[in-house]
Parts: sequence; structure tokens; C-alpha cells
Amino acid sequence: MSAAESQTLDAGAALPQQKTDYVPILLPFALALVAYPFVGSFSTWLTLTLAGLAMGMMIFAMASGLTLVFGLMDVMNFGHGAFISVGAYLAMVAIAPMAGYAHTDALGPGLLALLPAIALAMIGSAAAGYVFERVLVRPVYGQHLKQILITMGGLIVTEQVLYAAFGPQINPLPRPEALHGSIDFAGAAIEKYRLFVVIVGLVVFALLQFLLTQTKIGLLIRAGVENKEMVEALGYRIRRLFVGVFMAGSALAGLGGLLWAFNQEQAHASMGGEMMVLTFIVIIIGGLGSVGGCFIGAVLVALLNNYTAFLLPKAALVSTILLMVVVLLWRPRGLYAVTSR
Amino acid sequence: MSDALLTLSGVHTHIGRYHILHGVDFSVPKGRTTMLLGRNGAGKTTTLRTIMGLWRASQGSINFEGASIEKMDTPDVARAGIALVPETMAIFSDLTVRENIVLAARDGPPDERRLAWIFGFFPALKKFWLSRAGTLSGGQKQMLSIARAIIEERKLILIDEPTKGLSPAIVGALIECLQELKRGGATILLVEQNFRVAQEVGDLVCVMDSGRIAHAGAMADLAADDKLQQRLLGLSLDSHQ
Ligand SMILES: Nc1ncnc2c1ncn2[C@@H]1O[C@H](COP(=O)(O)OP(=O)(O)OP(=O)(O)O)[C@@H](O)[C@H]1O
Ligand SMILES: [Mg+2]
Repeated sequence: MSAAESQTLDAGAALPQQKTDYVPILLPFALALVAYPFVGSFSTWLTLTLAGLAMGMMIFAMASGLTLVFGLMDVMNFGHGAFISVGAYLAMVAIAPMAGYAHTDALGPGLLALLPAIALAMIGSAAAGYVFERVLVRPVYGQHLKQILITMGGLIVTEQVLYAAFGPQINPLPRPEALHGSIDFAGAAIEKYRLFVVIVGLVVFALLQFLLTQTKIGLLIRAGVENKEMVEALGYRIRRLFVGVFMAGSALAGLGGLLWAFNQEQAHASMGGEMMVLTFIVIIIGGLGSVGGCFIGAVLVALLNNYTAFLLPKAALVSTILLMVVVLLWRPRGLYAVTSR
Repeated sequence: MSDALLTLSGVHTHIGRYHILHGVDFSVPKGRTTMLLGRNGAGKTTTLRTIMGLWRASQGSINFEGASIEKMDTPDVARAGIALVPETMAIFSDLTVRENIVLAARDGPPDERRLAWIFGFFPALKKFWLSRAGTLSGGQKQMLSIARAIIEERKLILIDEPTKGLSPAIVGALIECLQELKRGGATILLVEQNFRVAQEVGDLVCVMDSGRIAHAGAMADLAADDKLQQRLLGLSLDSHQ
């Protein structure tokens, strides 16, 4: 660092600290704390919380691309779920030849078996995203109604292609042996796979945050979410940026699809479409265009869902909608409002 | 005019179904500051946005350094060497001041010397270097918006009403900055409602009315002619004292 820069850094450090908005970050913790006395037993609470966190990570992976795509180009992609299904099927394709690894219960080979599946799911979904953007989304920029119709059509076509290629049945997709079962911790059974999903989710979130805050491309994405005209007036081609974001978002949805499919131990073509409502709720709660908000929204929705499913099974579905209503009453543009819309 | 850097000829602009510019003709000579004046709604902002490619000219031509730019996309116009300080300032409020500047410096990390030069006019930018730009005051946002346009040398700088809502002290700093840019040989097209500022920094002036250029000439001539001002801008002597 040069002398001048360290000087300017000092000038910044001497300021009263800028207010970062911490309240939303505290919400999941608050929710977990409030739920504890209702659940009663520590081990049950821990199990429910971990399950909620794992679910939250999967929803986050599925939804993060959606929120950026909307934030950056105002594109309503109702076909985003297609990449979830594509990711699940590609995981199935890639894991098959790895059966030898998958059947040992040693952790190393078990995780190794997942690597090609993760790679194929993400690369394949990104490629599908590229085609989707080119063929379906590009011709309808700026036309919301057409976007909704054509991307929904894209989802249906993708589902049908998957049915045609893999048959109409629900495909079993066993996890690698090493990720079966649980470890005991403080009397609670901690499911290994959930732990794995939480770790993957946190890594993905950390990488995304790093990209968005520490790299020029990330800064351009955030700037574009706020004002794409000005990004162009500074000399950057936002279309190219958008294609990249669309593909990365599709890859993440593919990863989410893989994680979800292994969680359910099955893959079927309609699983992506089934997740769409949830992902939309999550990005609305988080604030359209905000990755951080999407992360908190996903964790909140999933935790609440798990706690209510245990405490009041009948209210589980309603709880998600209620959460959205409450959040929007409090902050009408979501937890973190990024865009000027 | 052989020294014209930018020339608009017969430029028409439609926004949706509204016909806003009705054949705008003027040129901006190199190394000078050209003022674009006119009443509210005359089409000044629309003209700057059309040059920048943010609105597409429906007719006519825009020539920059001998090349037509009226069909170019905005990023290409910017890369041809034109910078814009929009009326809305359009700072990225979620980013820090530093990050705003980093994005504006297309060709690599911001040049330290130039940055120090900018901090000289706008010390607040240095003070709030690592703060979110959204937390800046209106005047500080304006400084940031201008700083973005000049962090790297550009051939032409379009500035839309930079003094709107600024305190006199900051207007002073701004004038000083513009004078310094002029001494460095910059070409500026400046939209300004504050006649005193226009008088101080303008070499040439174009006055717009209803989507056309109603008058073009030397700034000093307009400044000396109260009747002309009255007719073109509706200014009376006591309104700009
Ligand atoms: N997005 C838009 N849609 C429709 N009409 C517009 C739009 N933007 C500007 N106009 C119209 O175009 C005309 C010129 O507007 P413009 O903003 O260029 O004026 P201006 O000279 O910059 O005015 P001011 O001094 O108030 O900034 C106005 O009549 C305005 O109503
Ligand atoms: Mg204007």
C-alpha cells in the first residue's frame, strides 16, 4: 500500500463508524432463541435448528441467482427453477460412475464422489442458463408480462426435456455412504449431511460476498443493481455483465438442486418448479437484488418452517407467508432495500 | 469550425411518443467551456443524454472527433472519451466513496496524484473515503459525481446542473475545480441555471428553448446584454445578483 493510500485509509478510520444495518442479521439468532423455550428440549432444538439451517442454505443457493438477475436487469425469471432440476439430474448422471467411492463410508472418498457431480451440476446449469438467457430472456428485455410467460414456458419445456431424456419416474439418488447417519453431540443427533450442506452453504455465501465486495466485477454488479444507466455511462457493458450473472446464478441454482436432491435422495423434473414459490418469497423478504438479504431471508424462512412444523404442524405452510407479511410491514422493500424501485 | 470536438446537427429525440428535441444544432469547440442554458424543460438534460447515447437520436447526427456517435451504445460513447455528470448525480449509494471512484477509473487503479488533486477541491471526499456514498450530503454526492467524471482524463465532460442545491462555499470550490480543469485544457459542456457561475466559467454559450438552440455565441456577449438575457432566459437584473 502506498503512503497516500494508507493516509486516506487513516482518514476514513478516524471517522465515527458508519452505521451498518445489523438488525436483520440478528433476526435468525433471535428466532432461534425465541423458539428454544417452546421446543423445550435442547437436543430437539439443536436438531431442528440444524435442519433449518441446512434447508436455508439450499434455498439460498437456489434463490441467490434469482435476486441478482432481477436486481441487475429487472428480469422476472419464473423459469429459474429449471436449473434446480437440471442440477439434480446432472448430479444423478455424474454420481453413477462413482458408485465405488460412494459406497465406502470413509469421509474422504465419499466427498470425492461428490466432486464430479457438483462440477457437472454447476457447469451444466450454467450452460443451460446461457442458452436460456440467449433464446428466451434476451428478446423480452423490459417487458415484464412477456418475461413471466416465456420463462414459465421455458421451465415447462425444460421439465419435458428431462422427462423425455430420463423417463417420467422419480429417480432414486442415494447419498454417498459417508454422508449418511449422524454424529452425537450433546445428546442430539447431528445429521452428517445437514452439517455438510451448512458448510457448503456458508462457503458459497462467503465466496459470493467476497466477489461482490472485494472485486471490481462484484462492485460493478452491485452498482448495476442500483443504477445500470450510470454503469454504462462509465463505460461498462452491462449486457455482458448480466449474461455472466445469469450463468453464475444458474450454476448456483444447479448446486442448490443437487444439494436438495441428495437431501431428498431422489431427483425428479418437477422439483425445480416446486421450489419457485419459496425462492420468490425469500428474495422478496431479503430485498430484491440483495444477496445478503437473500441469505438471511432463506435462513429465516427455513428455521421458522422447521420450528412450526414441529410445534404446530398445521401452521407450517402459513408461517412462511406470515413471515413475509410481517417483514414487509416492517420494511416494505425487504430486509435490505438495494434498488431504487 | 475546424476545432469543434463535438457537433450536433439536426438532432431530434423522442422519448416514448413525446417529441422532445426538434433539430438541435451546435458545436463544442475543443479546449473551451460551452454553457448550455435555457428555461426548465427546454431540453438541456435530454440533449446531454442523447449525446451520451442514453436516449437514441431519432434523426440527425452527432459527430465526435470526426466520427458519428449517434448510433453508438452508451459504453462505447463513454470509451470514446466522453464523461457524464448527470442531473441526478447517480452515485452508487451502496458502494463506498472509494469504490465509486475505483469504478470510474476504467483503466486501472485511480492515479494517486490525480486523486490528491481532486481532494484539494473536495476535501470531504477524502474525509469520507471509506464511507458509504449513500450517507453523503447532497453537496458531497455532487462532488463525488464530478470526481468520478474527472478521475481519469476525458476528452469531453458533460455536466448537468452541478450547483443545484449547493451552498455558496461549495459552489466556490466547484468553480475553482472547473477553472483548474479548463487550465488543463479540458473541454466541458456545462448545463447551469446559476447565471453567475455560467458567467464565470463559460467561454461560449448556447441557449435552448423548446427543444431547439435559440441562441449561440460568446458567453461574454450574453453576459453584457441584459435585453438578450431577458428575452432568452427571462432573467431580470435583480434575479441574478
Ligand atoms: N422520461 C421522460 N418522459 C417523458 N418526457 C420527458 C422525459 N424526460 C424529459 N421529458 C420532457 O422533455 C422536456 C425536456 O426535458 P429536459 O429534462 O431535457 O429539460 P431541461 O432543460 O433539462 O430542464 P431542467 O432545467 O428543469 O432540468 C420536458 O418537457 C420534459 O417534460
Ligand atoms: Mg435538466
